Amino acid sequence: MYTQALNSSDGEERHIEDAERAAQFQARIDAEERIEPNDWMPAAYRKTLTRQISQHAHSEIVGMLPEGNWITRAPSLRRKAALLAKVQDECGHGLYLYAAAETLGSSREELVDLMLAGKAKYSSIFNYPTLTWADIGTIGWLVDGAAIMNQIPLCRCSYGPYARAMIRVCKEESFHQRQGFEIMLTLCRGTDEQKAMAQDALNRWWWPVLMMFGPPDQVSQHSDTSTKWKIKRFSNDELRQKFVDATVPQAQFLGLSIPDPGMKQNEAGNWEYSAIDWEEFKQVLAGNGPCNRDRLAARRKAHDDGAWVREAAVAYAEKRRQRSTLQAAE
Amino acid sequence: MTVANISVSETPLVLYTLRRADDALILGHRLSEWCGHAPMLEEDMALANMGLDLLGQARELYSYAAKVEGRGNDEDKFAYLRDVRQYRNLLLLEQPNGDFARTMVRQFFYASFADLYWRAMMRSTDATLAAIAAKSEKESAYHVRHSSEWIVRLGDGTEESHRRAQSAIDELWAFTGEMFSVDDSERALIDAGIAIDPAPLRSQWLKTITGVADEATLALPTNDWMQQGGRSGRHSEHLGHLLSELQSMPRTFPGATW
Repeated sequence: MYTQALNSSDGEERHIEDAERAAQFQARIDAEERIEPNDWMPAAYRKTLTRQISQHAHSEIVGMLPEGNWITRAPSLRRKAALLAKVQDECGHGLYLYAAAETLGSSREELVDLMLAGKAKYSSIFNYPTLTWADIGTIGWLVDGAAIMNQIPLCRCSYGPYARAMIRVCKEESFHQRQGFEIMLTLCRGTDEQKAMAQDALNRWWWPVLMMFGPPDQVSQHSDTSTKWKIKRFSNDELRQKFVDATVPQAQFLGLSIPDPGMKQNEAGNWEYSAIDWEEFKQVLAGNGPCNRDRLAARRKAHDDGAWVREAAVAYAEKRRQRSTLQAAE
Repeated sequence: MTVANISVSETPLVLYTLRRADDALILGHRLSEWCGHAPMLEEDMALANMGLDLLGQARELYSYAAKVEGRGNDEDKFAYLRDVRQYRNLLLLEQPNGDFARTMVRQFFYASFADLYWRAMMRSTDATLAAIAAKSEKESAYHVRHSSEWIVRLGDGTEESHRRAQSAIDELWAFTGEMFSVDDSERALIDAGIAIDPAPLRSQWLKTITGVADEATLALPTNDWMQQGGRSGRHSEHLGHLLSELQSMPRTFPGATW
């Protein structure tokens, strides 16, 4: 069940952050040392990381839903097995990440409760629906592709447990990304209907995927301190540009057009994209995306429907403990 | 449905292999329905794991059936282009997931059988079936362990979990007899040493089931009536709905490659 062992630090007063300790902490960060769970850290560093890692964990778990939507309808047995294995990987990522967050002193149960109560966020991209099989290819190709761009730098994050979790996560994500691209390639080499399905999926996912990198640098809330603490190593706009530059040739190879007629390559070789509709991003973040309600409802249902199972496991473990205590006493 | 069913030449060996392949696919599909909706993340992982084992078994068995039949069918044609009346799986395995207790009891009943069955099948004179059996036996052994641990936790957990586990046993019991029965087509293979006779496995199966049920403080039904029909394509109403979902893509887009 959910570990509670690390909760103790949660209630502790952590205000005695004298300037000297803070300076030593920053010196360690600057020297590229890893911060480990038992090391002293500023309360704000702990809070920022707990928020980021748990949001990342929630994203993995909620992210199981749009892709899970196609497991029972995957068009071949090979695709079915690959998709089931992929969604299982996402679940595994959620588990590592909750474990990494727990090292900062919040239990998985507390963090999950915040998400179910709508008080913690997860990646907005999962509030879009998977309408056709091509969406499964597109999620692997673009959503996992964007996630990798975001996450590769996190393998060098200053917080040890998060950095180590990301190394494994990134390896699996890059496999998923290739798998997604291969689904797209098969569709694009297929019938006219399949090609149209692939183009339609790209049209729907392109802009939301660009929004995955977060608000433009001028308005990003968390960037400055995260950069100072080496949680974040590149700005949102830098990562977004890197992603676009990597993706355009892939779309060309597939024979798909990116739904941005104004896009052009500049002299430096970067692809300049048109303005992103941040109003849409704001709306989805505020809970008004096409699937926000469905996603939360599905997670709450799984949680509520499973309550009696978790209670049974706890009750049984308690009975066993009592029996073995009795036996030992005899 | 816009795509016609395939026709299958059900020689004894093809039929035998398809029956086991359908068992694995249908149960694997049912388990995959849980993905993202399990009572805890660890169970999302475990149910997907067991589902993947079964999907793997199904694919190997379908491919072997295709090779034996030699008429150009393949794993996907068998899975996606046969209708309810052509499916040959056990009725037990097509039963809906229900609550977690129902899913675990179904898994426990079947895995406890499959583990014994595949172990015995490792002696098959058919080298391919013996090899599939060796792999499937290892997987089933884990499925038995996982599901039996849950039966004990649920049976001996809370009042609610006990009630749910008992009701799952009562509901599913009548589907267990079919695992041990054999028709003339299969009898010929048993005589040839290609298949094994499942009937003698029942006493060992019952011993395992009884042991776990006892530990779980659950009772096994005394009712002997056993429902049959899956092996000859007389299914419950549930299978048609499962297949309409499973087969929707290849039925909608004839001839496409995915």
